[in-house]
Order: sequence, then structure tokens, then C-alpha cells
Amino acid sequence: MIEHDILIVGGGLTGLRAAVGLCDRFNVGLISKVYPVRSHSIAAQGGINAPLANNPDSRDDSWEKHTFDTVKGSDYLADQDAAEIMCREAAPIVYEMEHWGCPFSRLPDGTIAQRPFGGAGYPRTCYSADITGHVLLNTLYERAVAKGVKIYPEWFVAALCIEDGRCHGVVAMDTHSGELVPARAKATFFGTGGYGRVYQHSTNALINTGSGIGMAYKAGVPLKDMEFVQFHPTSLIGTNILMTEGCRGEGAYLLNNQGERFMQRYVPTAMELAPRDIVSRCIQTEMNEGRGFDHPLGKHVHLDLRHLGEQKIQERLPGIRKICIDFIGIDPVFEPIPVMPGQHYSMGGIDVNGRCASEVRGFYAGGECSCVSVHGANRLGGNSLLETIVFGKIAARAILEDLEGGAPEPETKPLLRLKDEVEAKIQRLTGPGREKPYLLQAELSAVMSGKVGIFRTREAMEQALQTLLEAKERYRNVGVPSPARYMNYELTNALELEYMLEVVHTTILGALLREESRGAHFRLDFPDRNDRDWLKHTIARMGADGQPVISSKEVVITRYEPKERKY
Amino acid sequence: MIKADTFTFKILRYDAREPGSKPRFATYRIRVIPGLTVLAVLIRIRDEIDGTLSFRSSCRSAVCGSCSMVINGKIDLACRTQVAAFNTDTIILEPLPNFEVIRDLVVDMAPFWQMYEKVQPYLIRHSPVPEKELPQSEEDRRRIDQFVNCILCACCYGACPVLAREPGYVGPAAAAKLERFILDSRDERPAGALEILNDEKGVWGCDTLLRCIDACPKDVRPTDAIVGLRKTMLKHRFQNMRGKAKDEA
Ligand SMILES: Cc1cc2nc3c(=O)[nH]c(=O)nc-3n(C[C@H](O)[C@H](O)[C@H](O)COP(=O)(O)OP(=O)(O)OC[C@H]3O[C@@H](n4cnc5c(N)ncnc54)[C@H](O)[C@@H]3O)c2cc1C
Ligand code: SF4
Ligand code: SF4
Ligand code: FES
Repeated sequence: MIEHDILIVGGGLTGLRAAVGLCDRFNVGLISKVYPVRSHSIAAQGGINAPLANNPDSRDDSWEKHTFDTVKGSDYLADQDAAEIMCREAAPIVYEMEHWGCPFSRLPDGTIAQRPFGGAGYPRTCYSADITGHVLLNTLYERAVAKGVKIYPEWFVAALCIEDGRCHGVVAMDTHSGELVPARAKATFFGTGGYGRVYQHSTNALINTGSGIGMAYKAGVPLKDMEFVQFHPTSLIGTNILMTEGCRGEGAYLLNNQGERFMQRYVPTAMELAPRDIVSRCIQTEMNEGRGFDHPLGKHVHLDLRHLGEQKIQERLPGIRKICIDFIGIDPVFEPIPVMPGQHYSMGGIDVNGRCASEVRGFYAGGECSCVSVHGANRLGGNSLLETIVFGKIAARAILEDLEGGAPEPETKPLLRLKDEVEAKIQRLTGPGREKPYLLQAELSAVMSGKVGIFRTREAMEQALQTLLEAKERYRNVGVPSPARYMNYELTNALELEYMLEVVHTTILGALLREESRGAHFRLDFPDRNDRDWLKHTIARMGADGQPVISSKEVVITRYEPKERKY
Repeated sequence: MIKADTFTFKILRYDAREPGSKPRFATYRIRVIPGLTVLAVLIRIRDEIDGTLSFRSSCRSAVCGSCSMVINGKIDLACRTQVAAFNTDTIILEPLPNFEVIRDLVVDMAPFWQMYEKVQPYLIRHSPVPEKELPQSEEDRRRIDQFVNCILCACCYGACPVLAREPGYVGPAAAAKLERFILDSRDERPAGALEILNDEKGVWGCDTLLRCIDACPKDVRPTDAIVGLRKTMLKHRFQNMRGKAKDEA
């Protein structure tokens, strides 16, 4: 048994920021299934939004304007009070990161550089070349090392302990020894990241299973807006590595198999630079109607940089060129890049309020695993890195307040009971079952990409639901051949799969019920936004029989009345 | 057109905790289409053929530093290495050297992180914080660029011949991290902070054979850092001597 005042699960930006904000006053333990710098946050390229007004073109930018862009981008599903909190905190946290050593790119006057990004009225995205996530995550990890935060690297959290309406901690596995360890704490915070890997084609890291979200749900915490999943228009076929929006910003063309710049037929004004969700739908339409290319790694269209010339490609997009050469053996100077849309971001997640508190006493969540909601139906580029750090900080403040107000002692017995349950589960999983967990995950995620993707219909989603229900049955027969517990990735995958099934279940149900199109959720059978019936959050809660029960929650509107979202 | 070729993968497998277990090569034959990476094949072997195979992975895009290993004798990231990049249809995979193996391709990274922590890998300042950012010129930002790019993958650590014989040596990555802060125009650590590496286990242990530079997948040149740190130390020593001489005069 390990004990801390506060347990943080997640070594990404959110978890590290929360830990750094708490460790001076309380005894904090941070658990992460990978070394913190291996977290998905490391991969973010483009930047983090804050209205610093450094760029000559953004002198009259303000947090109010940032809030408006965020709310409009969300297709009015964001809670406006929460979006406001995030945008007010944006400049202070970017300065704070800079003071802690973050090596941002600079403008000639020595201030932090800012670039334009989709959906924003001003260039307000602060960046460090194309490695913004890398520099932010390293800076926060450095800060955690400086402050001596106790970290449990490569510990996998297997279950969340909630009993009598309170959270008592988690049961974790030290993957080096294979030992199951109950961890007790007065407050538990999840910064466990998104659920990209429930989709076959995803720009996310392989570890983004969403297990933290499924775990919280199974322990009784409701989830919010799970049907809102963002698809990025351009990911490399095969690996689905992100080909940044910057390519199109620099002038790349999107071409179909007729060699036609097809965006001309859809959005002749903005062409390739239309908003993400729209470009994704156009590409998908081309492929669905037979104007894509076939390749063993997947159907695709072409992202053509050739006319930019070698010099410009090497100067502005060196990272993209390197990725193409290393990962698909294509040099974009001479050949077009084969791209397809891919799942990119999870707007939905654990239902928390503007303080990152869930409805369960002692349990908090922030970052991509949570849904406050600041992104509503569609997240703007650069707002997610912002969310992780702002809400990591806000969660720390909230937990401090709550613990200083006197939190009840967590109990040991429920933790020991939960440990026995996990032990029994592992015994069962390492038995003679026939189903391979990775293959089951692969089948399920293929169905999600095919039937609950960019375009959705009742019929397709009902088929997906059927597959999911069968997968839940098949899960009972999962068998992991090696009983060794340490570094047994197949075993941890089998444990995570149980939670992924719930993530999938709540996503499909939310998407089936929401009979409208809003932001990233597009129903071919209900192509319009319907504020009268659907300007509300979807809440999914596990019922007594283990089945999801869906309800709804009001959207908070303060000063921006919902309007049509036009660009 | 797109061809599929059958490749033979020989993977060094070992279970350090299993009494009596000895390292052995397991052989897998896999059909590979052009464009597939070594990591993609490892994942296929694990998911479809042999779930007991252990290796680390996360980003699959050469940014997280998880998947360092020896591929046909060369240290690299499995996720950025094309299977078809070698003039052979046999690919041999071994765990990163200079570390203890835990299981198969997974090594115990603890010593690497201990060295990292030893150099105080964070910005140190004493001056009051301004309301806005600390200004930094584009040129000053560029000076730290190559070291900022380090993804802490330990490829260099695995390649270092000094570490092979002297496990107490700080290694290339930690030295590069320290230099990243020394060169940062905003850092205010006292000159004494370099003393941690001012011995044979520190920067004077390096034989400057540049293996770390060859191994680095991110074009970091740790030897630049080591040479830079040595110069700074010599400069401080010289200044101290002069200072002392003045005091005595
Ligand atoms: C390719 C790409 C580029 C992006 N670029 C941008 C950008 O330019 N700007 C922007 O704003 N956003 C961007 N995003 C989005 C942004 O990077 C993420 O939303 C954000 O980093 C998520 O951070 P996090 O702290 O919530 O989670 P993560 O960084 O995903 O961290 C999750 C942590 O939880 C731990 N964990 C999870 N489950 C468990 C468990 N069961 N047990 C123990 N530990 C667990 C993991 O080990 C990890 O440490 C990008 C996303 C992608 C995919
Ligand atoms: S140059 Fe120095 S640090 Fe680099 S591999 Fe050689 S001995 Fe090691
Ligand atoms: S210097 Fe290069 S090889 Fe060494 S840890 Fe950093 S990125 Fe890896
Ligand atoms: S998996 Fe991240 S570097 Fe290879």
C-alpha cells in the first residue's frame, strides 16, 4: 500500500501541472503508465493559444476575443463561463511556463512568437518551431524534478476506488515488478488523456486508450459529450501521423485521383484552408465517391507540396519532409503525400465543473480525459495545450482548498477489496481464453472508424452498437498466454480493453441519440444544427445493471447568444 | 508497384526474472509492404503471433523516445526505421546496450534518469520574475536549439563506449541537458553548479569518439555539449586562479 495526500494519475501536461501546483503544501504522488516525457502531450506541434498581443497583427487581441472564438468554434456547446476562465488564465500561464524555462520561439523584439491558426481572429498561437508540446512537457517535467515530486513511472492504474460516494484512491500495477499496489489518498486527480485509440485511424499515440475515462465511468462517475470526436483532415496513411495544417497554410493542394483540386467544388472561397471538420468531410466524400487512391495501407487523397519547390519545403516544413521520408519512404519534394482523415482529439470525457471537480467527493479530472466543457462540439487548434495547463493549475487550486477545508480520511478496506477484484480479473484474463485482446481492439476500432466516424447515420451506428455488444461478450473469452505480470503489455492491454469497451459504448449511444449535426458530429440523416432540442450536453452514467443511462445537462450561456457558425 | 516481401525477424528474447532463462533469438517470418516501419512489424508480431513479446512504444512518430533498440547492429528508434531500408531481408533486433534487460527489448532506464536528475536539469533563476516574458533574442534562442531537440531516448547512452566500461559516467544526454541550460540566456545558476560534472565521471571521462552523435536520431551533438562544458570549466578555473592571485596580492 502506498499513501499520499493527493494522487495524480497522468504524467502529461495536465498531471504534471497539477502536481507542481500541489507539492509544496501536500504530499503528492504521481503515477504514469509511461515515463512522463513519453506522454502524448510530447507530440503536439503547432502551439498554444494566448492573447499576448506580441504579433504586430494582434495588437488589439484580448481574452474576450479569444473567448468568443472559442465559443464560436465550439458550435456554441462550450460552457461560456468555463471558456472565459480558460482564456483569462491563458496569458498568465504562458508567461509562467516561460519563466520556468520553456524555450518558445521569439519575435525580433525578444518576445514570444505567435502564429495564426484556424478559427482564430488574430495570430495568438505561441509556439516553439513545430515542437511546442515537446518544449512544454519537458519544461513541466523539469519543474517537477526541481521540486522533487514523487513519481511512479511505468505504473499502470488498473481501477479507481469509489465507495459511499467518496474516492479513496486507486489500485495500480508496478509494471517493473508486476505487483498490484493499492494507493490511498484524500484526493485523486486524473489527467489520463484522450481516447483516440478506440479509432483505427488516429493521430494519437498508441497509449491513448482512454482507459482513465472508462475507469472513472465504471467506478460511477458520469461522462459528458462523448459523441464529439475531432477528425483531422490530413494524416499520413499507414501510421496516421499528423501532417500539420501548416502544409496547407504554406500553400499545399489537396488532389483527388483525377488530379483535381476538389476543394474548389465545396468551399471555393477558403479552398484547402477551410475549417478542419469541413475539409475532413470533403476528403471523405471524395474517397466515398470513388475519387480517392487505393493503397494497401488505406484509401487516400494527395497532399501536394511539389509546386512549393525544394527550398521552401526544406525551410518551412522540414519536420514534415523528414516524417514522410522516414515513415513512408516518400520525399514530398518529388512525390505527393498520401493522406487520409484521422481521429485527432476527444472533446468528450469525464464530467467535471470549472474547478475540475467531479460529482464524487475527492475525485477530480482535467485535460483531454475530462470535459469541462471548454471545447463543446469542436476544439480550436492551440486550445487543447492551453486547457491542459490552465486546468492542471485550477485543479491544484481547487484540491488545495478542499483539503485545507478538511477532507475525510480515505479508507483502506474498500481499496483492499478492489485490489482483490483486480487480482481475480487478472487471474481470469491469464487463463485459457481464445480471444486475443489486441485483435479484438483492432476489430472494434476499425468499426468505429468505419461507422462512427466523420459521417454518421442511424443505420451504420446501430451496426456499430451491435458489434460493440458482441465485443463485450467476446471480452469474457479474452486470454493472455503469459501469466508473468511484469512488462506484460498484452496483459495491460487486456485490462485497458475492458475500459475501452465502455468508452466506445457511451460514444456510440451519444452519437445515436444526438439527432442533429453540430461541430465535429455530423449526421447525414440530420444535417442541421438544432438548438431547440440539442443545445445541451450529453451525460452518460452507468446504471445499476451495468448498462449506460443517457441524460442531459444545460449549456452555460453568459454573453454570446448562439448564432450560425460561418467562416 | 506495391510489392510485399517476406522478411525474417530475429529478436533477442530474454526474461531476466525467469530463473534459468538465457537470451535467445526468436525467429518470425513476416510479409512486409513498402513503407512499414520496424515498430509496425513488432506490433504485428505481438498482436497477431506472439503476445508475450515485450517492447516499449508510445508516439510511433519519433518524438517520445520510447522505442530505442539495436536494429541490424545500429542503434535507432524502431518507429522511424523502415524495414526496407537495409540491403537484406533479415532484420535482427536487440535491446539497447549499457542497460540491464528486464524483458526482451525492454531495458531498465533508471540509471539514465538518475544521471539526468543529477545535473539539475531545470532553469535556475534568482532575479525577481517580471510580469511578462523574460526577453530572449532570436539568436540566443537558436544557441540552445539542438539541445532543446533532445527527446531523452538514450540512443546515445546505449552507444557510448565509456559507459560500457564505466557505469558511473554521466553519459552524453545528461551533459547535453546541462549545456542546454548553461547556454540559455535566462539561466542564472552559479558557476559552482558545473562542479557536478568536473571530474572523470563527468565531462573529463568522455573520449570524444563521437559515437553518441552517430546514434542520435534527433541530430543532437552531445559531444558539442561536453566540449562546451569543458571550456566553461577551464574558463572558471582560470578566473578563479586570477581572482585568488589578486586576493593574495
Ligand atoms: C499529433 C497531435 C498534435 C497536437 N497538436 C496540438 C497543438 O498544436 N496545440 C494544441 O493545443 N493541442 C494539440 N494537440 C492536442 C494535445 O496535444 C492533447 O490534447 C494534450 O497534450 C493532452 O494532454 P493531457 O495531459 O490531457 O494527456 P496526455 O499527454 O495524453 O497524458 C496522459 C497521461 O496519463 C497517463 N495514463 C493514462 N492512462 C493511465 C493509466 N491507466 N494508468 C497510469 N497512467 C495513465 C499516461 O501515461 C500519460 O502520462 C495535438 C494532438 C495530437 C494527436
Ligand atoms: S563522445 Fe563521449 S559521450 Fe559521446 S559516445 Fe563518445 S565517450 Fe560517450
Ligand atoms: S541526445 Fe539524441 S540520442 Fe541522446 S537522448 Fe537526446 S535525442 Fe536521444
Ligand atoms: S515510439 Fe516514440 S520514439 Fe518511437
